[in-house]
Amino acid sequence: MKYVDEYRDEAAATRLLEGIRARATQPWTLMEICGGQTHTLVKFGIDRMLPEEIELVHGPGCPVCVTPLEMIDRAIALARRSDVIFTSFGDMLRVPGSEIDLLGVKAQGGDVRIVYSPLDAVTLAKKHPEKEVVFFAVGFETTAPANAMAVWTAKREGIENFSMLVSHVLVPPAMEAILADPQNRVQGFLAAGHVCAVMGYEEYEPLAEKHRTPMVVTGFEPLDLLQGILMTVEMLEEGRYGVENQYARAVTRDGNAPARNLVAEVFEVSDRKWRGIGAIPCSGFGLRDDYAPWDAMRKFHMEGISADEPEECHAGEVLRGLMKPPDCPAFGTLCTPENPLGAPMVSSEGACAAYFQYGRTG
Amino acid sequence: MCLGVPGRVVDVQPSPIGVPMGKVSFGGVVKEVCLAYVPDVEPGEYVVVHVGFAISRIDEEEADEVFRFLESMDELDEIHIPQPGESDPSLPDRFASPGAATAGGASSGPGSGGAEPSTDDTA
Amino acid sequence: MTISSAGPALSQGPACPIPIDRYPTITLAHGGGGRLSDILVRELLLEAYGNDELERLGDGALLDLGPGRLAFSTDSFVVYPHFFPGGDIGSLAVHGTVNDVAMCGATPKVLSIGLILEEGFPMEDLWRVAQSIRAAADEAGVRIVTGDTKVVDRGKGDGIFINTTGIGVLDEGVDLGAHRIEAGDAILVSGPIANHGIAILSLREGLEFETPIETDSASLHDIATRLRDVLGGDLHAMRDPTRGGVASALNELARTSGRGMHIEESRLPLDPPVRGACEILGLDPLYVANEGKLIAFVAEDRADEALEVLAGHLLGRGAALIGRVTEGPAGRVTQKSTIGGSRVVEMLSGEQLPRIC
Repeated sequence: MKYVDEYRDEAAATRLLEGIRARATQPWTLMEICGGQTHTLVKFGIDRMLPEEIELVHGPGCPVCVTPLEMIDRAIALARRSDVIFTSFGDMLRVPGSEIDLLGVKAQGGDVRIVYSPLDAVTLAKKHPEKEVVFFAVGFETTAPANAMAVWTAKREGIENFSMLVSHVLVPPAMEAILADPQNRVQGFLAAGHVCAVMGYEEYEPLAEKHRTPMVVTGFEPLDLLQGILMTVEMLEEGRYGVENQYARAVTRDGNAPARNLVAEVFEVSDRKWRGIGAIPCSGFGLRDDYAPWDAMRKFHMEGISADEPEECHAGEVLRGLMKPPDCPAFGTLCTPENPLGAPMVSSEGACAAYFQYGRTG
Repeated sequence: MCLGVPGRVVDVQPSPIGVPMGKVSFGGVVKEVCLAYVPDVEPGEYVVVHVGFAISRIDEEEADEVFRFLESMDELDEIHIPQPGESDPSLPDRFASPGAATAGGASSGPGSGGAEPSTDDTA
Repeated sequence: MTISSAGPALSQGPACPIPIDRYPTITLAHGGGGRLSDILVRELLLEAYGNDELERLGDGALLDLGPGRLAFSTDSFVVYPHFFPGGDIGSLAVHGTVNDVAMCGATPKVLSIGLILEEGFPMEDLWRVAQSIRAAADEAGVRIVTGDTKVVDRGKGDGIFINTTGIGVLDEGVDLGAHRIEAGDAILVSGPIANHGIAILSLREGLEFETPIETDSASLHDIATRLRDVLGGDLHAMRDPTRGGVASALNELARTSGRGMHIEESRLPLDPPVRGACEILGLDPLYVANEGKLIAFVAEDRADEALEVLAGHLLGRGAALIGRVTEGPAGRVTQKSTIGGSRVVEMLSGEQLPRIC
């Protein structure tokens, strides 16, 4: 596959590793933001191939993982309604709510369906005028354009039986929260490539400046990650900070203008609660008032539902890079993919799931 | 975040709901994709697809960046660094059966995958 | 709720013997044991896959399979959609059990077919499935000697479920299984993996392919016999990696044998469109189902020959040596990635949901 295979080339990977080894003269702690990047690192064994000086801590870049418990409970409440077809990406189905998960609701007879694209949910609504179709709009900025298009289309076509339960979160506020934390050990970031493909990377420049931290926009294939790590290490070794772009084949500084425009038309920035981290102001998207009739929160009066995460779950610390999954006392014992305490163990991009799946016990 | 896979645009067409759609091929698998965010994209171009939407074009020039970067690094071909899980030397390469389908992942020879890696790339 | 899955509108071959206009679908009476049941069995099922023994319609089949040990296996088939590129639930049901018997090192001889039909299941579809059973059984050289048919109320079954049980005959001295697996054994796979799972998923997900992906569903008794004949006691074990894919089969055998196993990602045979589908669905091909592949564990000095036998067989296109058995740790399966790093190949937890976000 073009643009995939050549980025998994063993000889090139070995050379990049050698480059990292040669450049790193002291220990550095780096964080990769995105769950997809975490998975590549663990799956290809890259984190273990890096020289000892380089430590990678895993960031909160798994939108499934940071969806607050109460949002899952709201989804479950909606899915249980007999007049609702509840649609979602596959990852959300096994995230535990306060008592049950969406897959459990499906087993009990709820009409819960996996869709590949949010447009599929709109099409479903058109096909089933007798039902309410709700789409669980979870994601970072990468998914916002797709979700925006879905609800914009529904409005334009007058499809009134479609609505979205929105749980969108934004990356820069999360990075700010991590960097501002007095316990923070992260010295350099591998920024999320696909988020930046949409949003560009201009908004990271003030962040890098304020905290004097290097940030490299990085892709998802092994060579991307290795090059991103090398570029970050070079900046650290040279005492430089700022934003550089490793993933230039897909990312420009301005990002994708038509995508950003539609997102701005449909969504506005709002405060959001992050599972395991807590409320971060101005860290998410909510639907604008023009789109209130398509907002499941308002349509179905879901504000009343709230919940707190179980104490044994250390997802928050894992998501902020303060703890590695195997260090969590519940890892592999109380908390497994079959019986997860929190989302990182169940999401395909969760750090706990990656460690468990690839057999990392330490 | 999230899974974004590169694919080749096969055709472009307007859709029944008025949104520009198209077909994108991923190594032979063709899927319908919304092309609204890559206006004026043409068949033959590559895009990154996320949840059924093309979110970015792939710049072919920039795609070679990694390989130009490698070229500019000091040549370290002679140094063999043993890696964990190193290939078992008692499994000779001649064991690949004749006419085998493409193996999963990259082969480590030059010019694999259709891109243009550096010409002095050695396995 | 859909009772029958989409497939080509008309069946190939002879027309359904039961008049469709009179009985377009299965009714509860067809399972009642009375006239309609009798008509269904005699005029449709026997017509499709009958033989002397089955036609006796005794309570049980009377068999003379010669002296010696037998291999006995059972499996149930609940695949949906019922019809898919390259096969259907009928052919799958035959191949699946034939293969389990063949993996024991036995020659499959006879099968039973148990059908559970949902009220409303189209008669035409049943006829197609029955013919498919016949074709698969003939190809595998097995006879269907006994069976049962039940009908459940609408809404209580997904159209059609099939159980097949098979008996095979073991030659003297054949001893295959996890207990024979030794450190150093070569691990071979008979061809490209993940085709079946992707063929099914692609129907569900609406994926198109430039060259359509078909199931690899096939009977492995012949290729298995060839391996046994050539390798004799140096063939230690065989396994067909069905649900849960190659990863699950290797994990089970690693655990049962108390050995470790190490494979290399770059050696896994994969058809390019199957690989593309796995990439976009976010699936790891190691965990995707196969229905016409076998994994063989062979004494290390005979690996070359084993590969030749496989590659020389129609069903062994793309066969490859993918790894070897290690001393341990017991039950651990590891994989070297294409860039040289290493990872553990764990048991699958739950169903592999397509990764999207």
